[in-house]
Order: sequence, then C-alpha cells, then structure tokens
Amino acid sequence: MNPFSSGTRLRDMIRSIRACKTAAEERAVVRKECAAIRAAINENDHDYRHRNLAKLMFIHMLGYPTHFGQMECLKSIASSGFPEKRIGYLGLMLLLDERQEVLMLVTNSLKQDLNHTNQYIVGLALCALGNICSAEMARDLAPEVERLMQFRDPNIRKKAALCSIRIIKKVPDLAENFINPAAALLKEKHHGVLITGIQLCTDLCKVSTEALEYFRKKCLEGLVKTLRDLVNSPYAPEYDIAGITDPFLHIRLLKLLRVLGQGDEDASDCMNDILAQVATKTESNKNAGNAILYECVETIMSIEDNGGLRVLAINILGRFLSNRDNNIRYVALNMLMKAITVDAQAVQRHRATILECVKDSDASIRKRALELVYVLVNETNVKPLIKELIDYLEISDQEFKADLTAKICSIVEKFSPNKIWYIDQMLKVLTEAGNFVKDEVWHALIVVISNASDLHGYTVRALYRAFQTSTEQESLVRVAVWCIGEYGDMLVNNVGMLNIEDPITVTDSDAVDAVEVAIKRDCTDLTTKAMAMIALLKLSSRFPSCSERIRDIILQHKGNLVLELQQRSIEFNSIIEKHQNIRSALVERMPVLDEATFSGRRAGSLPATLSTSNGTSLNLPNGVAKPAAAAAPLVDLLDLNSDDAPAPSSSGGDFLQDLLGVDLSSASVQPVASHAPKAGTDVLLDLLSIGTPAQSNSSPPDILSSSKDNKLPVSTSDGLSRPPSQPVHTTSSGGAASMMDLLDGFVSNSPKPEENGPAYPSVVAYESSSLTLTFSFSKPPGNPQTTMIQATFTNLSPNVFTDFIFQAAVPKFLQLHLDPASGNTLPASGSGSITQNLRVTNSQHGKKSLVMRIRIAYKLNNKDMLEEGQINNFPRDL
Amino acid sequence: MGIRFILMVNKQGQTRLAQYYEWLTLEERRALEGEIVRKCLARAEQQCSFVEHRNYKIVYRRYASLFFLVGVDNDENELAILEFIHLLVETMDRHFGNVCELDIMFHLEKAHFMLEEMVMNGCIVETSKANILAPIQLMDKSS
Repeated sequence: MNPFSSGTRLRDMIRSIRACKTAAEERAVVRKECAAIRAAINENDHDYRHRNLAKLMFIHMLGYPTHFGQMECLKSIASSGFPEKRIGYLGLMLLLDERQEVLMLVTNSLKQDLNHTNQYIVGLALCALGNICSAEMARDLAPEVERLMQFRDPNIRKKAALCSIRIIKKVPDLAENFINPAAALLKEKHHGVLITGIQLCTDLCKVSTEALEYFRKKCLEGLVKTLRDLVNSPYAPEYDIAGITDPFLHIRLLKLLRVLGQGDEDASDCMNDILAQVATKTESNKNAGNAILYECVETIMSIEDNGGLRVLAINILGRFLSNRDNNIRYVALNMLMKAITVDAQAVQRHRATILECVKDSDASIRKRALELVYVLVNETNVKPLIKELIDYLEISDQEFKADLTAKICSIVEKFSPNKIWYIDQMLKVLTEAGNFVKDEVWHALIVVISNASDLHGYTVRALYRAFQTSTEQESLVRVAVWCIGEYGDMLVNNVGMLNIEDPITVTDSDAVDAVEVAIKRDCTDLTTKAMAMIALLKLSSRFPSCSERIRDIILQHKGNLVLELQQRSIEFNSIIEKHQNIRSALVERMPVLDEATFSGRRAGSLPATLSTSNGTSLNLPNGVAKPAAAAAPLVDLLDLNSDDAPAPSSSGGDFLQDLLGVDLSSASVQPVASHAPKAGTDVLLDLLSIGTPAQSNSSPPDILSSSKDNKLPVSTSDGLSRPPSQPVHTTSSGGAASMMDLLDGFVSNSPKPEENGPAYPSVVAYESSSLTLTFSFSKPPGNPQTTMIQATFTNLSPNVFTDFIFQAAVPKFLQLHLDPASGNTLPASGSGSITQNLRVTNSQHGKKSLVMRIRIAYKLNNKDMLEEGQINNFPRDL
Repeated sequence: MGIRFILMVNKQGQTRLAQYYEWLTLEERRALEGEIVRKCLARAEQQCSFVEHRNYKIVYRRYASLFFLVGVDNDENELAILEFIHLLVETMDRHFGNVCELDIMFHLEKAHFMLEEMVMNGCIVETSKANILAPIQLMDKSS
C-alpha cells in the first residue's frame, strides 16, 4: 500500500485542523491532506475511499475546493456495500450539484438503486435524487419515483413524495402523473407520509390548476377531518411537543387548506369550523402553540371572507403584538403586514403599538415595524406619524437612520398636504440626518422650493437658522447654500414674512459668512464647494457691498488642486472684477425648475439623455443654457450620420448641473475649441457654434468671398452651367455691396481685393419645392485644404419662413466651421435670401472630395418644418 | 421549498456543519456564512431569533456554544422553524447523549445522515425522533 495514501485518520485530521492557530496553518494542513487524498485517488485506493470522502466533506465544509473528489463519490455509489453507498450519496449531495456534467454519470446508478431489493438503499437513492436531480434526470426517473409512492414501507413512500416535489418543479409537465398518487397519501396515518404528502399536494397546486381543482373536490373534507383528528388526538409521545401533537403537521395542513380555500367560497366555508377551533383552542403559552396560531391566522386572512373568523384572527395578532417575547412580536408585525390588505381599519387600531415597535432596540423588529408604518400612512394620519418618526430619528441608531430617513422622505413626498409642511419636514430631516438623505431627495426638495415662490423667503430663513445650529449634515449645507445664493436678498430683507415666523436680523455680511462657513468646512466635498462658489457669485451681485470680500473668498480657490474649482474661481473673479455690466444678468435668480421634467427623469424611465437635458435647458432660458439647447438637434443630425462617432453624452445631462446653472464649462470652452481643430470630434464643436451666434461674432469677416452674391438671384441652373473659367471675383465695387444689402440685409465688409485663388463654379447644393440652397466657393490663398463656402438660401414658396436654422455635418476627414447666418427670416417668393458662411478644411485634400449632410429647419405659418439632404455635388479638388 | 440551508456555527464563528438545499459556489458560501455569522452572533439574547438577510430570513437559536442557523424563504413560518431547530437538537441529543460541538465535528457524516432523514430538498420529511434515528442505529449495529 502507498505509504502516503493511507494518510492520517479522520479523527487526527480534525484534531490537527482544530489545533491550528491561524488561517495560514489551517490552509497548510488542508493542503497536505488534499495532496494525500489526491494521491490515494490516483492509486485507485479502495480501502480508504470511505475515510477520504469523509475527510473531503469536512474540508468542503471549511470552504476549500474539493472537486477532485467528485469521481470518488460516483465510484462509491457504484460499489455494492451499504456503507460505501451511503457515504457516496452523502458526498454526491454535498460536493456536487445539478449543474455539473458529472452528475449525468450517476443517473444509471440511481436507477439501479431505486429498484434495489434493499429498501435502505432505495431510500438513499430517493434522498439523493430529491436533493440534486436535474430536469433530465427527473424525466428519466419519474416513473420509478411514481411507483415508489406506493411502496410497502412508509419510510420509502414519504421520501418518494418529497422527491416528486423536486421532479414537478423541474418538469411541471409531469405534474398530472402525480396527482392521484399524491391524493392517496393524504389518507395515510403515518405522520411522515402525511406531512410529505401534504407538501407534495401544496406544490402540485402551485404548478397545476387541474391539481388544485382535484384536491378541492376530492380531498378537502378528508384534510379537514385529518386536522380535526390531529387537534383532538390524545397524547402521542413520539410526536408530542409541549402538549401538542406534531405541530409541524398542523402547520403543513393549515398551509394546504390556505391554498385550497383561497379564491373559493365553498372550500373556505368547509374549513371555517376547524379553523375557528384551532384559533380558539390552541394553547398560546408555548412556542409550538404560537406557531400553529400564527399559521392559522395567515390561513384565515387568505381564504374567502368570514367576518367572525377575521375578528378572531385580528384579536390573536393583537395579543401577539402585546406579548413580551420578541419572537412573537416579530411575527405579529409580519402578519399585520398581510392583514392590512384585508382589514386596514383593524390594523390602524394598533398604530400606537406599531409605532412603539419602530423604536425597539431589536433591529429585526424595527425593520418590520417601519415597513408596516410605511403602508399604514394615509392623508389623515401622516402628520402625527411623521412627527413621531422624525422625533425618533434624532435618537435612533446610526445604522437604522438610513432606512428610517429614506422612509420618512418617501412618506413626506407622497402624502404632504401642502408645500410648507413638506418643506418644514424635509428641513427637519436634513437637520437630523442630512447625511443619509439621497441626492434625488434633496434635488426634489430644491425643485419644490423653487416652485413655491411665496415660500422662498420663509425657506431661506429657516435654512439659515438650521444652518446656524448644525453644519454637520452635508445635504442640509447644500440646500442651504443653494437657497442663500438664490434668495439671499429675501433673507436679509425679511421678504415674504409669514406670521408664524420670528423675525430675524441678518445682514449682508452674515449671509456671506454662512456661505463662507460652508465652503470652508473641513468635510465639505466638491459638490458642496462648487455650489457654495456659485452662491457666492450670486451674492456678489445681490450684495454689492460685500463684493470685494466675496472676491477674496473666491480667489482663495484659484490655486485649488481640483481643476473645476480652480477654473471657476478664476472665471468668477474676472466676472466680479471686469464684467460688472453683465454680472447682474448672469446671476439672475434661477427660473422655476420644472417639476414634471424632474419627476419624469427621477422616475428612472428617462435616463438623463441629451434630449431630456435639452428639455431642461430650454426651461432655463438663462444665457448659459443655450449651448445645450443647440447641442441636441446637432446630435440628431450626427445620429443620421451613423459613421460619425460617439454622440456626446455631456452637456448638462445632470440635474446638478442644471441646478448650478452650469454648463458654464461648455459655454466657456466652446468658442475656444471650435477654433482649435484637433480630431474628428471637433466637428461637433464646430457644429455647436451654430446655436451660439453671440460667441461666434469674432469670426473674421475677411473670409467672405462675397463676389458671387450678386449672382445668386440668378437662376440656379445658371450657376450650375457656369463654366469654371468664369472669373469669380469680378465685382468688388461698392455697388455690389449695396446690392447685397438690398438683397439680404447682410452687412459685410467690402470684399478683399487681394483675395485670389483658383475659381470654382457655384453649385445648387440642395433644392426642394420650397427652398433652394446654393453654394459658392473660394480658397484662401496659401491654404489649399481650406475652402470657403458661402451658402445662399432662397425661399421659393409664397410664405415667409421664420426661425430658419441651417445645420451641417461632415465626415471625420473634414472639419467644418459655420459662421452665423445673416438672418433667420427668409422672405417669400425669392424676394430675399439668407447667406451663411462655412469654412471646410479637408484633411484628405486631393484624395477625397467634400461631402456634407444638411438639415434645414424653419417655421412655416408657425408650423415646424424640416428638410434634410446630402450634398455630393461639390466640385472636385476642394 | 422552505428551508434553503442549515448551518451550525460555534461562537467563534467557525462553521461546524453546512447543508445547502440550493446551489451556491464555494465563494458565495464563504461570503454568506461570513455575513450571517457577523449579523446573528452580534445580537443580544433577548432580541428576536429572526434576521432578515438579502431576500430570505435566518431563524437561529443558540445552544451552549453552538448556533443553529436556518435560512428560510420569506413565507415560511418562523416559529415552526425554531421548533424544528429544537427537534434537531433533541434528536442529536438522543443519539449522542448531550450533544456538543465536538460530537458534530468528529461525527460530521452522522450529523448529516440525521439531517438527511429530517429534511429533503428543503422540506421536512419526518418529525419523529425514533423514525429519524432508526436507520442510523441500524447502521451502527451492523458495522
């Protein structure tokens, strides 16, 4: 025999594992043992297979991998001796599962053992099958199991019954085969067979309505009788627990009765008497009795209504609830949760007790009670309940605060009778547990505050007071800072005093103090700092006297390591210092935040996509939000152009950014970026400038090649047929300029005479029944890659186009820059035109021609119109 | 199904027996046992014996240095499971005579055999101690 494979005895291995002082020692012992077992497996050592499997089970229990022993289990099962089979089956159930392919190999052994002459071996096989069988095995072995349900020994019948539960769960189609044998089991006297038979029937009802109907018709009376006999049975020592015969059987019977009674009045009637008997006669001084009562109450609550029984059940729950035993109270709360759907009034009567349970020292009870309170709240009791809960919030455990806060916020939002109450409660929650308040909750609060214009003054003063007493709670600080920034003047001037308020005296510098405190708190995070920074900027305009001081505070962050803050600090400084004229317009009060948009987005159905953010930005018609508004149609445009890269996912999608009135970032970056050609994405940035005429004014007028303008009213076909040789800038006279003025009111500098480059014919880029777009081209000298395009739009229809917008997108190898259009109204019937200058840089000059997709949007009689097209007819070599 | 798993854990938090009726990987088991032990063992004696964990409940009971923890579905009767734990302990008592942690450690497979006679696929099979122990005694006698 191999000296290694014999190894240590099981007992010795366990001892040495127990003796280990550290996890590392234990691992070492286990590693050594596993090595020995592997060696034994390789040697195909029969003598110690039993012991090795026992060791593996122990090692498995400790949480180490034991897959290498799986085959040993199968071999053990295939051997003939009972002890080997027994340990093999145990190993099978512990070490393998139905997902492993190895399991397929055992099907045959199982089949043989199910037909074995030794009933204990049959029992083993049934047990293993019941614990681990897969759908395929269930199909293969179902006939054997079905047959075994009629086996002479009850110990086999009971196991076959439970095995069937697994089979019908894996393969519900097989259920009907088991209905009759299952019904037969219900008539048995053996408790094991009864309890398993009842469980099988319960599960059959779940997978098959046919079974449910069958048991209702054929078995209900028998079951009621069985329960009655059980309740009235004399002392049975083998099954007795605390004077009750087999409470487990009681409970299983009550469960099945519940399934049969649910939704069927006749069946419910049939069991009324016995339920009443169980509910009244069961001793409630021991756990076993209470377990039965608990089950009985649940059955009464679930079956069809019988007033008398329900009263009985509610009374039992009332008794449970006032019990000193925490286990009983817990199940009472659990059951009241179910009772609330059938009898809300009865549950409401216990409200005070339930509320006490929210404050219990036991976390499980608190959790249940809180869930229950949550469903108990309605419009009439919300005020006292919330008061209690908020009072308790102050003294509750840290780990419970999160749950409690979430529930309070949810209740307050759902049931608040008016805005002032909502704001009051939320401020209390923020003061007590602001750190546990989720972002969307305080966002919602700000939306509500913003909408309650008559409460702005009240709210900002209340927040200021709260902030004076506590600066510990992050979300309180944020909301306070936001409100002080927005409504700081109301704080100082006591605007909109309500008569419930005590007047307070706050000076300009007090308000600034508060924000300074917020920004300087040690624990303040980036978001709060950013919000405080914006608040300061706003206050600098509201309180000119503090302007210098605010600038100092803001400047303290000019060297901040966080780029965002650094940038803001420098920008805000320059706004305060140099741009007094635009400052007050820039920091105007935020327009009312749109509740519908916010709640829609919060509902989660709409992730903050660009289109929704666009909606919000439109709702915030302050200067800074405009770029975002322009960005959305642009993305649409790019979407059409599917080869064109990732849609930008930024642009103020975040509510917070809306709140901050941000998008300052994009606003400030765009004009720079649009002139800095980098990569394909620059196209986007170029396009962004469409909607921001103000920012693009800087584009030099000298890029215009105006010479062709005067030709434009000429028919488009003429433009097309124009030979390339035709001089492009023939007319550089003042007459041409005045002509242009007449045509489209475009004030242009006189064309530069020094401009010369190869001449290209104009093309009709796009033509529809109502609209013509003509492109004329020129090249700036010394830069063959770049083409200047002047687009001229002419309206052929008899109606005026208003809100005219032209957008364009190009593939990555091109870069496009659009200058502002000459106007946005296009007169009817060709009596005028709009011109717009484009600059295209072709990085593949000489290899690829220009190509462009366009979209033209305008309003016709106030109706939105949209025209789209692709332009492929650019002259070559552009 | 009812019962999802049965654990026996000593007061140091070491697992002494683990029987799962639903498949979990080794890592999941270790994580689950760790979480549950931390949660349950920290609770005071007068607190209730039920702990909600993930999407199921744990019903537990302490006997001397050993905790019996049973994970059950949410609709299971918690009080009945408590009673079942007691039945399990009484059955082991009857076999081992005043069962202790070491009995279970050194006779792990016997403890499993008893459990096998009591619970199958998460359902209770038998509630009579004599019936549960009969096959085990038979085997002891024959060997």
